[in-house]
Amino acid sequence: MSWFLKFLTSSIGQKLIMSLTGLFLITFLVVHLAGNLQLLANDQGESFNTYAYFMTNNPFIKTTSYGLYFFILLHTIQGIALAIKNRGAKGSKYAVSSNAKTSSSGTKMALLGTLILAFLCIHMGDFWFKMKFTDTLAMVSYDGVDMQVKDLYSRVSLAFSNPILVVVYVIGQIVLAMHLWHGFQSAFQTLGLNHRKYTPAIHFLGKAYAILIPLGFVIIPLAHFFSK
Amino acid sequence: MKLTLKVWRQNGANEPGRFETHQVEADEHMSFLEMMDVLNEGLLAEKKTPIAFEHDCREGICGSCNMVINGRPHGPNSGTTTCQLHMRYFKDGETITIEPWRAKSFPIIKDLVVDRTSFDRIIQAGGYISVNTGQAQDGNSIAIEKDLAGQAFDAATCIGCGACVAACPNGSAMLFTAAKIAHLGLLPQGEVEHKTRVQSMVNQMDEEGFGACSNTAACEADCPKEISITNIAMMNRAYMGSVLGSQK
Ligand code: HEM
Ligand code: FES
Repeated sequence: MSWFLKFLTSSIGQKLIMSLTGLFLITFLVVHLAGNLQLLANDQGESFNTYAYFMTNNPFIKTTSYGLYFFILLHTIQGIALAIKNRGAKGSKYAVSSNAKTSSSGTKMALLGTLILAFLCIHMGDFWFKMKFTDTLAMVSYDGVDMQVKDLYSRVSLAFSNPILVVVYVIGQIVLAMHLWHGFQSAFQTLGLNHRKYTPAIHFLGKAYAILIPLGFVIIPLAHFFSK
Repeated sequence: MKLTLKVWRQNGANEPGRFETHQVEADEHMSFLEMMDVLNEGLLAEKKTPIAFEHDCREGICGSCNMVINGRPHGPNSGTTTCQLHMRYFKDGETITIEPWRAKSFPIIKDLVVDRTSFDRIIQAGGYISVNTGQAQDGNSIAIEKDLAGQAFDAATCIGCGACVAACPNGSAMLFTAAKIAHLGLLPQGEVEHKTRVQSMVNQMDEEGFGACSNTAACEADCPKEISITNIAMMNRAYMGSVLGSQK
């Protein structure tokens, strides 16, 4: 086996993959939220739809998005592989389970991750797939722009009039928050970035991120649902 | 004090195991191991097989008195081994569940005794420094920063009991391996072989079938020597640095 492959398949290498892909996804979520908050603008979707047009047509963004799909897949496959390997390494379970002061969500990462994946399938099937591969979206044009863009805004707004979907989004974001509550600081520890001076700040930032980002996302379906 | 013990009995790695319930009359001044001795004397008097458990120093330094007591390796108190645990921490009439370390790489030999030679092999892979014998150099001629010596010493308090593996939901030996790597690598004598040592010890750890680290810090919470997971971060950094940055 080449030294590099051996490195990536070692227990530390596998975690390095989780950490780097996880941090990439963490960065992506900030950009994704910043863009999507335009769904709250009261302009019949002009800013959001032109932004969506830009995001689906700009070659740089398009290339990055292939990286994103790849990293989600890599994070998922590696995460599930680790969970299976780790369960095997434990072998049997204790009759009495420990109540030690440990971060319990760390052991539930694979379950939370799988739920996130299920959410992503619903989420992407609803918007990304319809935007990219179907003609079900209406075309709109705005003053001063002599070009028609797909009206993703109305599609989103319509989707969020369905209470079931809104509940799915609320649950999805709670699950994401739980994944990040442990995951954010864990990614730094995996990289070996544990320092008496900075680790408390990383833990604080991680918890703030784990609350604020999912909260930001969840406001969007709630706002659309309740403004009807 | 009267206690009910639910103890794991198993004749070997591939034999089926089961819990056996016993009553024992103990004194609150006894250590946990003394309470186990009383139980075993009772079993012997009844011509039954005593419960196999490991012990040696009975003062918290050998790392052999390994049992999971009510779900916690070395029992409910932090920073103590089972031999240092006293019965006054339990209530009269309490039921105590006692299990062996559970991890694939620690197969059960009998009852509460597990085979921890996987740890020995990790040490053999690089947990030493190759100094030639001869005149010992004057200690004061090697300058070591006080903080560094402290860190190395903290890591060196690891007694290799395996509570970290027992506590870890992944059966990972990262805390043990990291403690050994830190205690040697932080000091000038051990630093010489640090890069190669990190690689060989981590490789051996993986080969033994221990799990990966999910950073749950369960190991740190149950380590009788309270060794910090900071050592694991240090090991990760050193391993990546060594594989990616050194010629080997
Ligand atoms: C936007 C979505 C996601 C983000 C931002 C994210 C982020 C993270 C981060 C930062 C970590 C910590 C890495 C480390 O401990 O070094 C992590 C761990 C993990 N993630 Fe995700 N993740 C996401 C989705 C998923 C999905 C879809 C799965 C699918 C199964 C998943 C499974 C896991 C698992 C199993 C771990 C723990 C690995 C371990 O410590 O053994 N994650 N995630
Ligand atoms: S018997 Fe030696 S540490 Fe407990």
